[in-house]
Amino acid sequence: MAQSFPEDVLEHVFSFLNYDKDRNAVSLVCKSWYEIERLCRRRIFIGNCYAVSPEIVIRRFPDVRAVELKGKPHFADFNLVPEGWGGYVYPWIVSLARAYPWLEEIKLKRMVVTDESLELISKSFKNFKVLVLLSCEGFTTDGLASIAANCRNLRELDLGESEVEDLSGHWLSHFPDNCTSLVSLNISCLGSEVSFCALERLVARCPNLKTLRLNRAVPLEKLPNLLCRAPQLVELGTGVYSAEIQSDIFSNLAEAFLGCKQLKGLSGFWDVVPAYLPAMYSVCSRITSLNLSYATAQNPELVHFVSQCSNLQRLWVLDYIEDAGLEALAASCKDLHELRVFPSDPFDAEANVSLTEQGLVAVSEGCPKLQSVLYFCRQMSNAALVAIARSRPNMIRFRLCIIEPRAPDYLTLEPLDTGFGAIVENCKELRRLSMSGLLTDRVFEYIGTHAKKLEMLSIAFAGDSDLGLHHVLSGCESLRKLEIRDCPFGDKALLANATKLETMRSLWMSSCSVSFGACKLLGQKMPRLNVEVINERGPPDSGPESCPVEKLYVYRTIAGPRVDMPGFVWTMDEQVSSSLSRVTERRGD
Amino acid sequence: MERAAAYENDLINLKATELRLGLPGTDESEKQSSRNNKRSSSEMDNSCEKDEQECAPAPKAQVVGWPPVRSYRKNVLHQKNESDLSGMFVKVSMDGAPYLRKIDLKVYKNYQDLLKALENMFKCSIGVYSEREGYNGSEFAPTYEDKDGDWMLVGDVPWDMFITSCKRLRIMKGSEAKGLGCL
Repeated sequence: MAQSFPEDVLEHVFSFLNYDKDRNAVSLVCKSWYEIERLCRRRIFIGNCYAVSPEIVIRRFPDVRAVELKGKPHFADFNLVPEGWGGYVYPWIVSLARAYPWLEEIKLKRMVVTDESLELISKSFKNFKVLVLLSCEGFTTDGLASIAANCRNLRELDLGESEVEDLSGHWLSHFPDNCTSLVSLNISCLGSEVSFCALERLVARCPNLKTLRLNRAVPLEKLPNLLCRAPQLVELGTGVYSAEIQSDIFSNLAEAFLGCKQLKGLSGFWDVVPAYLPAMYSVCSRITSLNLSYATAQNPELVHFVSQCSNLQRLWVLDYIEDAGLEALAASCKDLHELRVFPSDPFDAEANVSLTEQGLVAVSEGCPKLQSVLYFCRQMSNAALVAIARSRPNMIRFRLCIIEPRAPDYLTLEPLDTGFGAIVENCKELRRLSMSGLLTDRVFEYIGTHAKKLEMLSIAFAGDSDLGLHHVLSGCESLRKLEIRDCPFGDKALLANATKLETMRSLWMSSCSVSFGACKLLGQKMPRLNVEVINERGPPDSGPESCPVEKLYVYRTIAGPRVDMPGFVWTMDEQVSSSLSRVTERRGD
Repeated sequence: MERAAAYENDLINLKATELRLGLPGTDESEKQSSRNNKRSSSEMDNSCEKDEQECAPAPKAQVVGWPPVRSYRKNVLHQKNESDLSGMFVKVSMDGAPYLRKIDLKVYKNYQDLLKALENMFKCSIGVYSEREGYNGSEFAPTYEDKDGDWMLVGDVPWDMFITSCKRLRIMKGSEAKGLGCL
């Protein structure tokens, strides 16, 4: 049947498939579908830049317009991945530049991007439109200047929360006067001041600008100038939200916001002066996404502002909202999908705010659509977790961080196994889970038994033995990413479930009890896995094989071992590891 | 394999000299599940616990990467917290004094307050500031280290700017400070 359809008909049908999963499935049907599909695939997503090489990608997909790459493991966000580990995008850009002159989009996450890379991007792709750099590092504002100057059709420039070496704000002035194509600009991570005049002119000449996220250096008094020139904005990130209390500043601000009839998302709010929050009241009822996670406003002003946003779907906020604020949120924002509560003072053992498990329970019970939670707090109980699980069986992402490691149920002093067990048992669609508090092997038994749709699991300071890890690896059918730190998991579970690792994107284990010998064995047994040991204190073979490695990163790959590893990363590749251990017996080559 | 044995001896010796809690002979990894939840008040205790933990010089010992707050967020909030109302302790050293002191800058309303307090604390005389001469003529001159790591003369910038940028204070002998005052 496959042969009877002309190729262009099939190609046309495939053009409606946007999800990678669908395209991958289609390409497995038969050889001719594989061929047709690969020639017409335009977007590729590579979740681990070391899982495949640029050459392999280009060979299979000759005409790609959009590439998305991820580099460092997630725990790099918390400084667990040493500097210089890898994730360099430059070799990719070089290959992409040669192969895809019509490339339009590059999206990178946790990668090292140099000015050289940015310049190469700006000069190689004539129709370049979208550059998104999330949590990246390695570039300066000079690199941004190249992008601004050379990308004639630039639609989107999003610097995410990247670490940019800020040499000057002058780069923005490199956008030529005839650049009118911008739809989205996010410079919120930049420290230094950009020329306000240049910014104003840029905003004024881009009629399609929908997203504008300013950096802290843009003063509040100037915000109305920008809003008046871009009343069509859908998403706004303010600059610093602080100024001396002056009535004309307030009235200008209020008037400007009044004109923004399309505004749906707000963020920014650095150094917020609560007296200026009411200037936004006219837009509150339309707001669906609110990021107040850098706003150090307290109650009652904070909760009063949030409660005005009756159509709120996503709220990111600091724990200044407190339980009382979350209760008010539960009463007024019935459309809430996602809640993230960040700690204002994460390193203080004592609570500086009155935010407990009660707040989360209130929101879970009051907001029927709540499906995504990230919550930092200082106490939790099994009862609360059970209540949350029962109220919200529709939960998809549940990340709970109890600040003190191994904190038990504060009411009963028991482990929180029952509570998290209830979460995985009731929330059958759960895709992502991060746990904390006192947890034994039992919670992993619950997870292995019930969490069949779980794709990503983060574990810290939990478990008693290898049995815990074994439950997860043997039970979680959909598991793709597993990251573990400071758990007493060792060799047995890892080696017994070696084949499972080929079905996952990656496994991270740091400060656990996996021995060097086990890592070597894993590397030898599983040629399609890269088993990388990170040991900053010295070569892993300078001690006995039973010595635990500091950090272990295992990922499936068809590209073989990395060639860009720094001195503190060792690969347990078959050939390499045998030379590493310098045993007298050599394997036959 | 004899190399391995030699290394094993080295490792045992290394372990013997390691500072850690627990009886000699007990294994590090076995202690993990029994680690107590309470923070011990002594910084020394915390620094013995695990090799992997980096002990920040700050009063509370911190586990690397815990709680899992992104550096980006930590930096932004840290900047904010510095201008928070929760106290701003800085070290004060005086040339010739045997030990340092700590003061809370938030407690003082202006330079006059601060200098008076310093004079009392260290039993010295600092004198009066002038833009042109600094503290010329005084026995001692107050200086501070700012955010960029530079040593500045106390009094040049507005008070509010001073307290947000001051990292530590040093009361210099007047004779040494002469250079600063002449700028």
